[in-house]
Amino acid sequence: MSALRGAGCAALMVIATGAGAPAHAAGVPWQARGADSPADRPQIPDSIVEARTREIAAGLRCVVCLGLSIEDSPAELAREMRAIVKEQVAAGRTRAEIEAYFVARYGEFVLLAPRPEGFNLLVYALPVVALVLGALFVVGFVRRWGGAEPDASPQGTGAEVSRTRGG
Amino acid sequence: MSWLRAALGALVAVPILALLLFGMGRDPRAIDSPLPGRPAPGFELARLEGTPTRGPLLDAAGAALPDSFSLRADSGRIVVLNFFASWCLACRAEHGPLGEAAERYRDSGVSFYGIAYQDRPEDALGWIRGMGGQVYPALVDPGSRTAIEYGLWGVPETFFLGRDGRVAYKHVGPVSRALLAQRIDALLEGEVAGGDAATSSPGWQRGAEAPGATPELGVP
Repeated sequence: MSALRGAGCAALMVIATGAGAPAHAAGVPWQARGADSPADRPQIPDSIVEARTREIAAGLRCVVCLGLSIEDSPAELAREMRAIVKEQVAAGRTRAEIEAYFVARYGEFVLLAPRPEGFNLLVYALPVVALVLGALFVVGFVRRWGGAEPDASPQGTGAEVSRTRGG
Repeated sequence: MSWLRAALGALVAVPILALLLFGMGRDPRAIDSPLPGRPAPGFELARLEGTPTRGPLLDAAGAALPDSFSLRADSGRIVVLNFFASWCLACRAEHGPLGEAAERYRDSGVSFYGIAYQDRPEDALGWIRGMGGQVYPALVDPGSRTAIEYGLWGVPETFFLGRDGRVAYKHVGPVSRALLAQRIDALLEGEVAGGDAATSSPGWQRGAEAPGATPELGVP
């Protein structure tokens, strides 16, 4: 019984940590070293430009395929949008600046992850609320199950055990 | 206990149903564009050679048509920017109405441009010829840069720029005769009222609801 409850909790933990992980947690080197200063704008190594472009492009919606990012989409328009991202990265613009560029033209819908503000907060809050409610439901259910089991036939199980021992 | 369960069930089900109903009542293609009300992104694009295929090959000032067009040259005029493509089926429906409107408003200070979207120049020209020609110039947009500047989602999309150089309306889907007349007349009259930036987004929303057919908008 406790093993079952433990397994359930572990499963929930896995789901919880998975759902709670930020969408773009992967390395953000330029944010850490503040690429905003114009001093280090000109010379950015190609490999870093590539990596930043991939990361920013992964957060921008391909507008002709809706469900894909411009990083993942093979569409021509996505390729051209990715080229713009790359140019701007090479010019030393920050992720926020590049995203603002696309939002000014396509609206906030172009961001695959909606900004956590206002009505959008629902998107972030509801899964957590659902998860908590679900966990409470499961815990309550399992507890009732576990509580009912030994009470229902204490004699029966005892008899079975003694019989197997005897046989 | 059962009433409690029913109440709990309702508590969960009602908001979900409400959310679904709300979602179903919306047109998923009618995504608000941030452009109406903002200054129109400038461009300088090469004219698709051979266009316009008919009509007077003169610009507003009476000079021969240049090889490239810049939005700056149209300052103070109303501009209708139509993004089209030879591979776009819906563009066929609006080609006639656009040409008619271009002819009708030629002397009212309205410029029309077609911008070929992700198309080969020869395909675009072939398509225009096949559609019976075009009285306004088509422009070539290398790398879709202008399309991206205008936040284009697909074709056809049409932008109506006011005399103040701002985007007044954006229309997603083919434009009808009635819609063209309504938008252009509003812009022509709007100048008397002084500025049309404020008229933008509700008009676009209304236009986007019924792409193609907007019979409720009477032709003047």
